[in-house]
Amino acid sequence: MNMLLWVVFPYICLTIFVVGHYWRYKYDKFGWTTRSSQLYEDRLLRWGSPMFHFGILFVVLGHVMGLLVPKSWTDAVGISQEAYHFMAISVGLLAGFLTLAGIAILIYRRRTTGPVFSATTPMDKVMYALLVVVILLGLANTLGWHAAGIGNTGPVPEHYNYREGVSIWFRQFLTFHPDADLMAQAPLGFQLHLLSACVLFALWPFTRLVHVFSAPVGYVTRPYVVYRSRDERPGAGVGSRAPQRGWER
Amino acid sequence: MRVMAQMAMVMNLDKCIGCHTCSVTCKQAWTNRPGTEYVWFNNVETRPGLGYPRRYEDQDEWEGGWVLNRRGNLTLRAGGRLKKLANIFVNPKMPSIQDYYEPWTYDYETLLNAPAQQHFPVARPFSLISGKQMNVSWSANWDDDLGGSKETAHQDVMLKGISDKVKFEFEQTFMFYLPRICEHCLNPSCAASCPSGAIYKRSEDGIVLVDQDKCRGWRMCISGCPYKKVYFNHKTGKAEKCTFCFPRIEVGIPTVCSETCVGRLRYIGLMLYDADRVLEAASTPDDEDLYEAQRSVFLDPHDPAVVREAERAGIPGDWITAAQRSPVYKLINDYRVALPLHPEYRTMPMVWYIPPLSPVVDIIKDTGHDGEDRDNLFAAIDTLRIPVEYLANLFTAGDPKPVTGVLRKLAAMRSYMRDINLGRDPDESIPEGVGMDPEAMYEMYRLLALAKYAERYVIPTAHSEDAHRLEELATDCAVGDYSDDMGAFGEGSGVLPTVAQENFAMLKARQTADTLVGGGSKSGRVNLLNWDGKGMPEGMFPGAGSADVSPTDEAAQIRDPQPGADLGDPR
Repeated sequence: MNMLLWVVFPYICLTIFVVGHYWRYKYDKFGWTTRSSQLYEDRLLRWGSPMFHFGILFVVLGHVMGLLVPKSWTDAVGISQEAYHFMAISVGLLAGFLTLAGIAILIYRRRTTGPVFSATTPMDKVMYALLVVVILLGLANTLGWHAAGIGNTGPVPEHYNYREGVSIWFRQFLTFHPDADLMAQAPLGFQLHLLSACVLFALWPFTRLVHVFSAPVGYVTRPYVVYRSRDERPGAGVGSRAPQRGWER
Repeated sequence: MRVMAQMAMVMNLDKCIGCHTCSVTCKQAWTNRPGTEYVWFNNVETRPGLGYPRRYEDQDEWEGGWVLNRRGNLTLRAGGRLKKLANIFVNPKMPSIQDYYEPWTYDYETLLNAPAQQHFPVARPFSLISGKQMNVSWSANWDDDLGGSKETAHQDVMLKGISDKVKFEFEQTFMFYLPRICEHCLNPSCAASCPSGAIYKRSEDGIVLVDQDKCRGWRMCISGCPYKKVYFNHKTGKAEKCTFCFPRIEVGIPTVCSETCVGRLRYIGLMLYDADRVLEAASTPDDEDLYEAQRSVFLDPHDPAVVREAERAGIPGDWITAAQRSPVYKLINDYRVALPLHPEYRTMPMVWYIPPLSPVVDIIKDTGHDGEDRDNLFAAIDTLRIPVEYLANLFTAGDPKPVTGVLRKLAAMRSYMRDINLGRDPDESIPEGVGMDPEAMYEMYRLLALAKYAERYVIPTAHSEDAHRLEELATDCAVGDYSDDMGAFGEGSGVLPTVAQENFAMLKARQTADTLVGGGSKSGRVNLLNWDGKGMPEGMFPGAGSADVSPTDEAAQIRDPQPGADLGDPR
């Protein structure tokens, strides 16, 4: 059972995530968009969207810090457990609540603004629900960690330090030899957060979340005006390339 | 010198009668799909008026186009790359649908289905955005022919500085029409604003297009374009814009708007320009010098040095010949009667306009004077400051000199040609008075008044040795048959079938079907493209009742109509 939940299932989700994105990009470049609804409404969006997006960027950054950086490294540069704890909780809670408030505004907007609601696909609804669940569970974990840490000084045996459990499992997961027991021993909140996140990742390629991977960082370096020759159009079949057959498009 | 070719257009505003045929045919060809209801690649504005979208020319509000920064460098008015990325989650300057107008349809079904009642049933307007009933209060040409202009026209952005002088009393006002398409700028700020790099300028003919596969819907182009000629398709979540009808241009025929122009006021031709000098010209310090600066970027296609450089740049010989014959070049550089629209946006627009003399002529005629007399016209151009200043705000960043120059040329042409038409001796001092030789003036008259199709549209075909394959390139503005129901990724997701594939499939289905006509579209619409006139296409005449009425019910109703039918549903 542990094997299934903490090894097989996450890898299945990861596979769907990777293969799904490849397939979606090949099959549906035209549908690969943010599907913005700003044209319909922008009073609420003006607040909700930046709150959510900047919040979630910090949340992602926090996850990178917490999951990918081993405890020994921060110990080595002399960041004490308390300092780390304080940083993680303050920034984590701030970003978490910013994200939550943002998505609350966005969902309220989506539900109450007629045109926006009618442009919402069933997949959007599933995705929103899942995203909220993941965010809520994540926040609960941070809060729980915080609560367990109240009044305690120094290393606390009874409160769960994810950097000695989940984080190690995650790095093992990325290097393809995960230890299922590490996750099995984690508190229920962390387990549920992971499982719901796995489902979200499996769904990711099939939702509008794909727009995350088209973050236009290339804009910073590219020349302002793009020139393209008719002949260089991919799949155009004009010029030096042989024309593509119908099944190759 | 880096020679590039640009497909360009000139519109002679004197001949525009404001019939909107260009807008309608363009819409039929390109934007009659869900999601583009409010999209007008071509629109015709009455000036003075608000334009479309409303007050789009107010760049203090919309921040489109380019400006010079403090160091004199050209930057996007809405901010550079980093500011764009910081604003990527919500574009602070994007017009809302209310700045365009909420598209609507009418509930026509009521007219057919309403029970017998005392009053005629009314087809009420329903919003195509929210699906709810709405009050129609604005549209793409709501202030057409100065309709309602007493209330709205004073908000016209171009009246800045002259608003106290312009009268909107019906007898005292002036008016003309301004058809607008994408300017296909030499220095497009929409392309520069696009974070994804999806908007590109074709290096062969300078047409600016949106790659629908690369567009990610960040919406920066919509606010970046000062002419507001990039639109957001709210169903597909992608930007769309005028394509200069490139599939037609590639095979040497004019755009739909030009082809169908009733007044024959549009001219299409090639301009050769020096791409290395565009930035320098666009950075000209004084707004009023931008018109001349842009003209200086254009290269004389008759100059052997230019021809040599053009050949070296890979521009085919027949394109150079076309550039030499270009009516656009003649109007812009030989006769100098065409002016750019809003050069002060610094995008180097490539759809130019011959400003209208008609407001001036009309006023002279109304005061009982001879509207074709040179002295009357010249005096009127000089004294009727209001139209001239207004035109200067549109075409020369406020400098009245070039506008006056053009109007005097047009006025001189009228007087000069009248003498010839009446069999009098032509007065050669007339053209000389406006700096033209008589022959050039006659040629200009020919081009403006008589030019045939082949002279107005000088379009070299796309130089691809396999031009027949170009047909399938025409997918930049997606014209495939989207189904109305949304897939998992939203409307129109997935690989679009090419038009040829789709037609092939439909034709095959019909040829192999048992019925005479088949192929009712999945969304309940009727595709008449494949209908060869045999039989009746399914769904062309929907039944009287909705699907839940069985034939027997209907029959019963016909036989036994409810006497004195009440207002409610008879069923």
